[in-house]
Amino acid sequence: MKSAKAKRRWKDRGLSGIVWLSGGISAAILLVIIGYIIISGIPHLSVSFLQGILPMVANTLFIIFISLLLCIPLGIFTAIYLNEYAKPGRMVRTIRFAVDCLAGIPSIIFGLFGMLLFNKFLGFSYSMLSGGLTLTIMILPTMIRTVEEALKSVPQSFREASLALGATKLRTIRKTVLPSCLTGITTGIILAIGRIVGETAALIFTAGTVNGMAFSTSVSDQFGLLESGRTLAVHMYLIAKESVSMDEAYATALVLIVITLVINGAAGLISKRQKKFD
Amino acid sequence: MNNMNPNVKISVKNLNLFYGNFQALKEINMSIQKNKITAFIGPSGCGKSTFLKTLNRMNDLVEGCKISGEILMDGVDIYNNYDILDLRKRVGMVFQKPNPFPMSIYDNIAYGPRTHGIRKRKELDEIVETSLRQASVWDDVKDRLNSNALALSGGQQQRICIARAIAVKPEVLLMDEPTSALDPISTLKIEDLITELKKNYTIAIVTHNMQQASRVSDYTAFFLLGELVEFNETIKIFTIPENKKTEDYITGRFG
Repeated sequence: MKSAKAKRRWKDRGLSGIVWLSGGISAAILLVIIGYIIISGIPHLSVSFLQGILPMVANTLFIIFISLLLCIPLGIFTAIYLNEYAKPGRMVRTIRFAVDCLAGIPSIIFGLFGMLLFNKFLGFSYSMLSGGLTLTIMILPTMIRTVEEALKSVPQSFREASLALGATKLRTIRKTVLPSCLTGITTGIILAIGRIVGETAALIFTAGTVNGMAFSTSVSDQFGLLESGRTLAVHMYLIAKESVSMDEAYATALVLIVITLVINGAAGLISKRQKKFD
Repeated sequence: MNNMNPNVKISVKNLNLFYGNFQALKEINMSIQKNKITAFIGPSGCGKSTFLKTLNRMNDLVEGCKISGEILMDGVDIYNNYDILDLRKRVGMVFQKPNPFPMSIYDNIAYGPRTHGIRKRKELDEIVETSLRQASVWDDVKDRLNSNALALSGGQQQRICIARAIAVKPEVLLMDEPTSALDPISTLKIEDLITELKKNYTIAIVTHNMQQASRVSDYTAFFLLGELVEFNETIKIFTIPENKKTEDYITGRFG
């Protein structure tokens, strides 16, 4: 009897040990990576370095802007269609299947496809626009899925209450359903930004690798949409691969991490403000 | 419709309702009296909630739900070419579980009026106050109209929901077991409120609680397996029921 009890206690201890250890390892990996990058990057941060990568920072933000501009409405509307309007059946199953498949495709395939469609067929050539559109397609599935999950988490009783007051379905979604899932939508946007910031393969094929800011060079292209330019991640890949300077690559990585943290932090703050109300 | 009885608010004729192949309501005939409280009682799955939801057409949302027969409100068939948004404005609903929106108390009450096009702040202020007063929750919340309605207690939340429903000035109020998720004290408060509200509204209430039906209602309808077994004045149903099944149910022999 006693030994069985002892055995059970040991089992319990062993299991908690494993759980703690796994958590510890995961946290340690993150800390080591960030620590290593900080240590290797900080000595090489200088004003001239930062000035040097400023164009890439601008390009990165530009690509984020283009992708999100299209992806957020498209993702939200698709998710709303799937979750609120579509009747379950073949059509919905097909769309879901397509979305899931899209989510599993490696980014380099998107790059290749983007190059053929946007660069060649539509004639955008290597440009911010081609890159942004390609990434829109790439992050769309994640966006749709996260928003759908968020919509699903809104209690049916909110919808009923709104409809029972004589509100239309559209008003119910706009005023009740969407506001209740802003946190989920923000999560989707953070994930999307994370993928855009870190993407290289898809962009090398589409946005190109020009070292400099995508400046406007013609009157018809006010914002430099059709100019080529590399994002920070692409820049890092290139300088590391071409062994221009590993030091600079680390410094760039540091900047990249800081940008990601700032964006995530901002998005987190926004969703927290929303959550206060939930 | 000249021969219509002016005391009848809603009259239901030969109502059948199907969920797919399952018949949930069978040949229901009933007259719901104006400014009275009508209680629907019966064991779970007897169709009383389903019936309640036909009165503001919430069943339209259910996939595969079909209906035959007539439901006349003030003599007009609400299933025949009737504007559903207008219907739901005229027939408000309070649900089993308090379901305030995750927004401020003020916005909860103003949701309906805003939906129906009232925008002026002054007008909204007035509606919010009168609705909360009518739902006897004004004194509890008047100092924190801008705080989240979800922070209130269950009983207060349900009264907020009642206030929200009456803010669109309906003529009929449907209540689907409005106190089943509440403690006894909140329940009593809501019951008092319901009796108070019948001056201005025609009320239909679904309840599992027979004491509640006998306490608050003027008329009681007993449902069993989708049929309306007996419908009469509450006092008669609870003292001299005509049907043996009704008697068995109210005396607690089954259900």
